Amino acid sequence: MSNDHVSLVINEQPVTVGAGTTILEAAQSLGIAIPTLCWAENLTPANVCRLCVVEAEGARTLVPACSRACEDGAEIRTDTNRVAQSRRMVLELLDSTNDLSQSPELQTLIDEYGADSSRYTDPATPEPSPKIEDDLFIRAYDRCVLCYKCVEACGEDAQFSFAISIADRGFDARVSTEYDVPLPESACVYCGNCIGVCPTNALQFKTEFDLREASDWRPEDQEVTETICSYCGVGCTLELHTQDNQIVKVTSPADHSVTSGHLCVKGRFGWEYLQAPVYRPPSDP
Amino acid sequence: MPDLKFSNAEPDESERLLIDALVDNPPIIRHSERVVHGGVRRAKDVRHLLLPGLHLLNNSKGWISPGGLNYLAESLRVPPAEAFGVASFYDLFELEEPEGDGPRHHVCVDPSCAIAGASSYAEHLRSQGHSVHESPCLGQCERGPALFVQARGSAPIDMSSGANEEPQFDTTLSNKLLQRFGNVDPTSLESYRESGGYQALDRALSLGSDEVLKLVTDAGLTGRGGAAFPTGIKWRAVAEHHGPQKYVVANADESEPGTFKDRMILENDPFALIEAMTIAGVSTGCFKGWIYVRGEYTTAAELLTSAIEQAYDAGLLGEHAQNDSYSFDIELRQGAGAYICGEETALFNSIEGFRGEPRSKPPFPTDSGLFGCPTIVNNPETLLNVLEIVLHGVEGFRAAGTRESPGTKLFCVSGDVGRPGLYEAEFGVPLRVLLAAADTPSSEIRAVLLGGAAGSFLGPDQLDVPLSFEGAAASDATLGSGAVMAFSKDADFLGIVSQLAKFFRDESCGQCVPCRIGTTRQHEVLLQIDSTGPNSKQRNLLADLSLVMGDASICGLGHTAASAVQSALREGLLGEPYE
Ligand SMILES: Cc1cc2nc3c(=O)[nH]c(=O)nc-3n(C[C@H](O)[C@H](O)[C@H](O)COP(=O)(O)O)c2cc1C
Ligand code: SF4
Ligand code: SF4
Ligand code: SF4
Ligand code: FES
Ligand code: FES
Repeated sequence: MSNDHVSLVINEQPVTVGAGTTILEAAQSLGIAIPTLCWAENLTPANVCRLCVVEAEGARTLVPACSRACEDGAEIRTDTNRVAQSRRMVLELLDSTNDLSQSPELQTLIDEYGADSSRYTDPATPEPSPKIEDDLFIRAYDRCVLCYKCVEACGEDAQFSFAISIADRGFDARVSTEYDVPLPESACVYCGNCIGVCPTNALQFKTEFDLREASDWRPEDQEVTETICSYCGVGCTLELHTQDNQIVKVTSPADHSVTSGHLCVKGRFGWEYLQAPVYRPPSDP
Repeated sequence: MPDLKFSNAEPDESERLLIDALVDNPPIIRHSERVVHGGVRRAKDVRHLLLPGLHLLNNSKGWISPGGLNYLAESLRVPPAEAFGVASFYDLFELEEPEGDGPRHHVCVDPSCAIAGASSYAEHLRSQGHSVHESPCLGQCERGPALFVQARGSAPIDMSSGANEEPQFDTTLSNKLLQRFGNVDPTSLESYRESGGYQALDRALSLGSDEVLKLVTDAGLTGRGGAAFPTGIKWRAVAEHHGPQKYVVANADESEPGTFKDRMILENDPFALIEAMTIAGVSTGCFKGWIYVRGEYTTAAELLTSAIEQAYDAGLLGEHAQNDSYSFDIELRQGAGAYICGEETALFNSIEGFRGEPRSKPPFPTDSGLFGCPTIVNNPETLLNVLEIVLHGVEGFRAAGTRESPGTKLFCVSGDVGRPGLYEAEFGVPLRVLLAAADTPSSEIRAVLLGGAAGSFLGPDQLDVPLSFEGAAASDATLGSGAVMAFSKDADFLGIVSQLAKFFRDESCGQCVPCRIGTTRQHEVLLQIDSTGPNSKQRNLLADLSLVMGDASICGLGHTAASAVQSALREGLLGEPYE
């Protein structure tokens, strides 16, 4: 057994992987699915949602598959009742707190694990009051599950703008600029990378928000066209989402070698930019 | 390195002077009015000044203004949103201008103080026109109802108490760790030396580090901060790392409800902590120590500051100390009102100037701790024991206590007891004997909360439990931090248990779902229970919440947040026992 590989057993299936491989990656290589929420392939694991917990022989508590490296000789189970109970409760707690209606993946998991948030009487929930501060995107934090993805994308994992951070503590913890100043007054450069990583649609293009408000958001009628951004020489792949021949949002594939899913203001909002240049320039000259 | 963008908010002159004095910085190069060149996010060499800077700003005005925060963030190259994220993490910092200009009165409303009349005391203070904040345990449970006064416009914040009498400690059962209490002047190094202080360090230096490590290991010393981890293993792991930077951290964040021993150690015997940290440093090759003191312990912090200064002046700290026998520095940091910062990895983040959110383990602190370097974290009581071990050897130390729990333990006794206070006793002493020493007849007791909010309730039939790690474990309990809160049959247990649940709800860092939302739902369910006791639906909810918090949370706070609640249900304190 060399030092750069470890062998372990997941659900009774033996597997050998490179040292440093996470339990999630090892399980995926065996075709074993583990649900995730705060994990993304293009971000540092925040390790906070705990939806991905699995049972490791000998460990006192469950362990997070997304960020825990495989250990040699480990015996992992992803399919026990104990695992299912914790995942069900994580989903139930989220559903009792947030509006998850715009996250189909979570809806599927809620059904699959039988999470029932109606068990809680008068649970505290965040205010449903979307922040609309510009014509580019909105922030509706009653949908925010605090997965930390936007904070990471805005900071060291992509944009290095650090416009947003987690503020306050406990149940009151929230994503915020300094003193909650509106985004146009913050360090935000409107790259939209936070929107790209948000799993709950808490952050969404203003176009999508307006269409949803008008009950005219029709994903089934939308087309996705892949193209290369023409603004500069980097050559980012853009996915233009169109409805009735109008661009409604722009994404980039997370596994793309150039972008890792991240874009800049021009690629993300360039089409809007031409039509509605209403915000402050990204930084002073 | 990317540039950082700051807002236009300007500090006033006093704020600017405070920060300029704190941060010895090259002049800030501005691209323009708002963009600062070369913002280095993890500028580790200065970012640790964020927390002290926030204290300065908050003390000077009673709140942290946008201009002050902006200037501090800019001076430290910290993104302003992150600086706000850090400031808003702590209870003692205000981010909005408070009404009026009087001091803020923090009144403890946790169980021992509730029994001592906290709510009417808070009412009384309010009626006098004071601004009152209901606070979690202030670590003065022996003299409740406890009060902590946070002055505005003057540093440092000041501490007093409702009934601030002589310190209550008792050495009738055992007198090793407390031997200097009351006999040594905590403001005088000379007095400490006259009582035999610094003999342990001399002995440690002559024994050499291998021998000291062997002593600590063979003595079977385990951590007194709650987790009971073997100290020798920790020290050896750090000694075996050969990097240039390694640290010793004394964790004096003490905030577990019902616990006040570390405050008493710091207030009565600060030099002993400094000597013991120095021994830890020289025996494991660490040249730097940090003491993290709870923000509310201002008297302790003042005494420590003076003690550290005296130790430097006497050549007992610093580079080439004691004729070049060793080098060891100590720096003090004050918390700002966050129980979670006592969790060791949250404490590292707090010192480093980040939000006090626990990190995932592994890696463990002995491999990657403060500033990513190998780090020993110990509780002050653990460190005090090292002096005993070095001076009296393994045999001497093991003469007290049990085989598995050698030595003596400090117990913080409060609640419905005759004489609340700090009691030292050998491990293994029956709970009943400890209570008797505190003039509390067992017949009066309906339940004892052992180990604080993170501990569990024992009923009248469990009062003979031997107070050792193994004895408590056999009763499904834990000694935790040594808190012993006793309650008579007249106690309002639903109120007490709800208050404990509120404590976790308020103190959760909010990082992980099971704890952030679980502690909130647990508190809500308890508030919905009526006088007939919990119904089966409520019991099921509490059981499910206990399961997910215990199994899927990141850190010990979430893992233990349901412990007291579940034990209260088992013990029938909230209605007929289950099953
Ligand atoms: C929520 C939480 C709070 C804690 N608070 C403290 C504390 O105030 N003081 C302390 O010494 N240990 C505290 N601990 C335990 C520390 O993480 C750590 O185990 C301890 O400081 C190690 O020192 P020891 O080995 O000497 O006990 C806390 C742990 C948790 C999970
Ligand atoms: S748009 Fe870009 S810069 Fe603005 S908050 Fe989102 S990630 Fe940060
Ligand atoms: S806004 Fe979206 S990406 Fe950001 S923390 Fe909330 S759910 Fe996650
Ligand atoms: S268990 Fe609670 S305190 Fe610990 S990391 Fe999770 S949310 Fe924070
Ligand atoms: S996906 Fe692993 S903790 Fe969130
Ligand atoms: S100070 Fe009030 S319970 Fe500890």
